[in-house]
Amino acid sequence: MSAEPGRALSEPGPPARDGSVPAIRLDGVRFGFKIDGRQTEVIGGLHLEIAPRSIVALVGPNGCGKSTLLRVIAGLLPARTGTVEVEGRPVAGPDSRVGLVFQEPRLLPWRSAFANIAFPLEVAGRDRDARERRVTDLLGLVGLRDWSRARPAELSGGMRQRVAIARALALEPAVLLLDEPFSALDSLTRERFNVELLRLWARIGATIVLVTHSIAEAVFLADRVLVLSPRPAQLVADVAVDLARPRLPGDLDAATVTRTAAEIRAHLQGATDDAFAVAAGDVPAHPQPDQAIP
Amino acid sequence: MNSPHWGPIPSVRRDRVVPPLLALVAFLAGWQLLVFVGNYPTFILPGPVVVGRRFVVAWTDGTLAPHVIATLAEIGLGFFAGALAGMLTGYVLARSRLANRVLSPYLVAAQAVPILALAPLIALWFGSGLFAHSMIVALIVFFPVAVSTMVAVRGVDRRLLEMARSYRVTRGQRLRMVELPAALPGILGGLRIGVTLAVVGAIVAEWTGGETGLGVLINLARGSLFDIPLMFAALLTIALIGVALYGVVLLVERRYAIPAS
Repeated sequence: MSAEPGRALSEPGPPARDGSVPAIRLDGVRFGFKIDGRQTEVIGGLHLEIAPRSIVALVGPNGCGKSTLLRVIAGLLPARTGTVEVEGRPVAGPDSRVGLVFQEPRLLPWRSAFANIAFPLEVAGRDRDARERRVTDLLGLVGLRDWSRARPAELSGGMRQRVAIARALALEPAVLLLDEPFSALDSLTRERFNVELLRLWARIGATIVLVTHSIAEAVFLADRVLVLSPRPAQLVADVAVDLARPRLPGDLDAATVTRTAAEIRAHLQGATDDAFAVAAGDVPAHPQPDQAIP
Repeated sequence: MNSPHWGPIPSVRRDRVVPPLLALVAFLAGWQLLVFVGNYPTFILPGPVVVGRRFVVAWTDGTLAPHVIATLAEIGLGFFAGALAGMLTGYVLARSRLANRVLSPYLVAAQAVPILALAPLIALWFGSGLFAHSMIVALIVFFPVAVSTMVAVRGVDRRLLEMARSYRVTRGQRLRMVELPAALPGILGGLRIGVTLAVVGAIVAEWTGGETGLGVLINLARGSLFDIPLMFAALLTIALIGVALYGVVLLVERRYAIPAS
């Protein structure tokens, strides 16, 4: 991919914690569903601050409420108590400051890649010229300039997810939330996508929060890995990943990777035995849990 | 822009034209044979040649045209009103549990009463003009369109709706940009059933009374005129109208309905 003029090519270092306004702040956030008439707590009192332009990975056992937490941050689900703030302002309902990428691409099958990316812009009432310019930029950003007219059915799974990411970026959100975005991809593609995601992040300068089941993925991508407990989700550990950026697979400090991964695994194991099973075994893309980084 | 639905290779189109044509010829030959062997008088079963000749004459001497226009007007008006009401009702039924609970029993009950039984009542209340006839057409079109719209809208992928909500769509945008295109194949299926029923509705409506219309003409031909070939010519015209309208809906379907995934 060729460099665009006027944009920094190198990835920024780990974010400075200089007391500036956090990109995301959760203060005592609780959330519950009613299941069979009984209130079930899914998120149990979370306090969090996430620095701007950082990448945070959420790991935790299956069904612990990670996806629910992303939806609360995105304003799709209302916190029962507590507040969610993005860039210092509270989130009340779906918010254009937050872009959410779902586990599945969720493209509109009758729309072309171009028109799918244009969807949020149309909804927001941008005029045709502005839409055209923005979508063309985004198609370039995710490397799909030649596929703008293709329908989702004509795209591969990876391409569809790229369209979904481009769509989530259309309104230039400060925060990008990714809910296991590459879980449907094969492990090689997935690795490539993680590298691409970092490059994308370096260009757009957004804060990224992603849910993953892969410790290796979390370590490779994130500045911080947050380990959540089983339902109701609470913060078990906040593990910093001290790896220099830009990061490339095979070009990482192996000792740090191993140590960090082991630490995360230990916390997950401590959360529940079930959690360990999830972290170690249920990730088809990474069948060998001991091998921290592909 | 050239339509992708025309077969680009001539032989493909020939494949699509020749077999139905052969079937038609076989049908006409069988009919003629039946008349020939049975030696039926024209007032019981006229042969295809007689009917064909009467059909041409009835068109050229201006017997058929006013009736066709009257019937088409009823079908057009009634179909439009019935389909519109059906789509609106179907959407409301799909999206409002309350409306579903309140309206569903009445809808089913209304549908269980045959239109044939309802037609005289409507004639009694509203007379036998264009309005009353169109109303019967609308009634018969309404139900299949309402039901298929309801089913189609309910079937819209919830994950797409959540995606749309995350971009803060208004109700109108959700309807226009997500629900309607996603439900379109199902809705068009209902319209396809509705359009053939509309023809039935118009003829039934005309039987209950009226001055013009193909149903009226059939009654006249069978009764006072005692012109059975003319009756067959009218039947043929009705069949052609049905096929043509069905074809129009099919064309719309091919143009606009993109099946999900």
